[in-house]
Amino acid sequence: MKITREEVEHVARLARLDLTPEEAERMTGQLDTILNYVAKLDEVDTTGVGETTHSQRVTNAFREDEVRPSLAREKALANAPADNGEAFVVPKIIS
Amino acid sequence: MEIYSLTLTQAREKLARGEITSLRLTEAVLFRINQVEDRIRAYLHLDREGALARAEEADRLREQGRAGDLLGIPLSVKDVLCTRTMPTTCGSRMLENFTPPYDATVIERLNQAGAVILGKVAMDEFAMGSTSENCAFQVPVNPWKEGYVTGGSSGGSAAAVAADECFASLGSDTGGSIRQPASLCGIVGMKPTYGRVSRYGLVAFASSLDQVGPMTRDVADCALMMNVIAGYDHRDSTSINREVPDYTRALVDGMEGIRIGIPAEYFGDGLDPEVERSVRRGIDMLREAGAEVVEVSLPHTRYCVAVYYLIAPAEASSNLARYDGVRYGFRDQDARTLIDMYRASRSRGFGDEVKRRILIGTYALSAGYYDAYYKKASQVRTLITDDFRQAFARCDLLVSPVCPTPAWKIGEKSDDPLAMYLSDILTISANLAGIPAISVPCGFSSDGLPIGMQMQAAHFNEEVLLRAAHNLEQRAGVVGTKPELA
Repeated sequence: MKITREEVEHVARLARLDLTPEEAERMTGQLDTILNYVAKLDEVDTTGVGETTHSQRVTNAFREDEVRPSLAREKALANAPADNGEAFVVPKIIS
Repeated sequence: MEIYSLTLTQAREKLARGEITSLRLTEAVLFRINQVEDRIRAYLHLDREGALARAEEADRLREQGRAGDLLGIPLSVKDVLCTRTMPTTCGSRMLENFTPPYDATVIERLNQAGAVILGKVAMDEFAMGSTSENCAFQVPVNPWKEGYVTGGSSGGSAAAVAADECFASLGSDTGGSIRQPASLCGIVGMKPTYGRVSRYGLVAFASSLDQVGPMTRDVADCALMMNVIAGYDHRDSTSINREVPDYTRALVDGMEGIRIGIPAEYFGDGLDPEVERSVRRGIDMLREAGAEVVEVSLPHTRYCVAVYYLIAPAEASSNLARYDGVRYGFRDQDARTLIDMYRASRSRGFGDEVKRRILIGTYALSAGYYDAYYKKASQVRTLITDDFRQAFARCDLLVSPVCPTPAWKIGEKSDDPLAMYLSDILTISANLAGIPAISVPCGFSSDGLPIGMQMQAAHFNEEVLLRAAHNLEQRAGVVGTKPELA
């Protein structure tokens, strides 16, 4: 086993996902199959090989620091599940 | 021939010559959609009224002497691109009621060129999938065979173009999502070089791999669409500031002086014999057109699925953290605390495949596993990129199949994620290396299902792909063959 059900449940908590017991069981089996497959990367000698995180060699894309209009408040709030006309409203954070 | 069956280029010429109006063209396509949409199920959102108004506006502009590359041409776009006037669901319950506050750069470019955007087409949820079966709302069906997948994730785009429900479409490609459905539905699809087309307003899946591209009936249409969408955008910091050629001039007859590489690794186990035969016949046609053919090797090809299914989920797990039910998207209104609200909203808003990839990605990036998974995959990505660099020292383009098999039945692989991932084996390396690639129809299986040929080239060499694709198209005689629909 590459991954246990407890580890899947832990990762789900990190990712803010709730899994039903059936989902956790099924995902554990599927993730285990996938992780067993990707383990073939162990065959590759990567000593001294750099990491590619991006296919174009672009470093910092700078622009002038100019003040420009940004998204209007009513537009930013237009898709809000809950708002008070000024801000997004969320459930209580500290009880 | 019905006018909805014209190519984009033909429709454009008829408009320019005054033989037809955009209104008539748009009405014809809307009629076609009425006729076949029950069977195809490509459109998630169709804006009939808006399209007719845009068409009338295009006709007025033309009367005033205005022109535009796509003036009055009805198109569809994958529902992953932000549109100010239409919902953008990404095929997900999470964004079911989301209408973005701005247009994606490519949408602005279509509008500036005068296009009539008909609506938004189906896709796998957040572009994660290879069949479009992961769409939360409806599963598009392959126009060539009832009950068969369109491919994915840009399945709605491929089906709509193949079924004459639009003249062209925009898709997005993170691991083959333009090329594979194009191949399975018998149309042309191009993934441009990473950085060639702006990603601003493209809902992010895996940001180092995602790229927007055209899906069209033929190669000339593909070149035309590239002229409209390619170019630098200051709002996408990964977009490259480099001159955009006139791609339509790349369609040169003859392949003299062009060297084609055949990567042995792309013709390995699991390749359907009919697909192989069809692609090899296509290679012969390119040779007859004057191309030189050489064998090349991409030795790390066997690791590309493993690399991709670590890197793409890792980036996705980070990108999709924004769906927390606070600013937009689905919120579980019953949750009593903030954390419960995050968890309930995400658990109810996301489908299975999205959850699976978030879990893989979170795991691959988590403490204790980062080096073994994400870092290792990023290193092997370097080796895969080096393979291409060495191959392109010996040839101008690489030719292979797009997908190991023709389209399969809806439901056939949907319970086996790894089997589904393995069907992407021939397309995902191009995204890892950031190179351009195209899928062009080259034949049919004995069941009458389309087969595509993939061509890949070095960074910013889209023109050699278009030239080769054009020559294949001229000889294969496949483009123009239409599926039999009601």
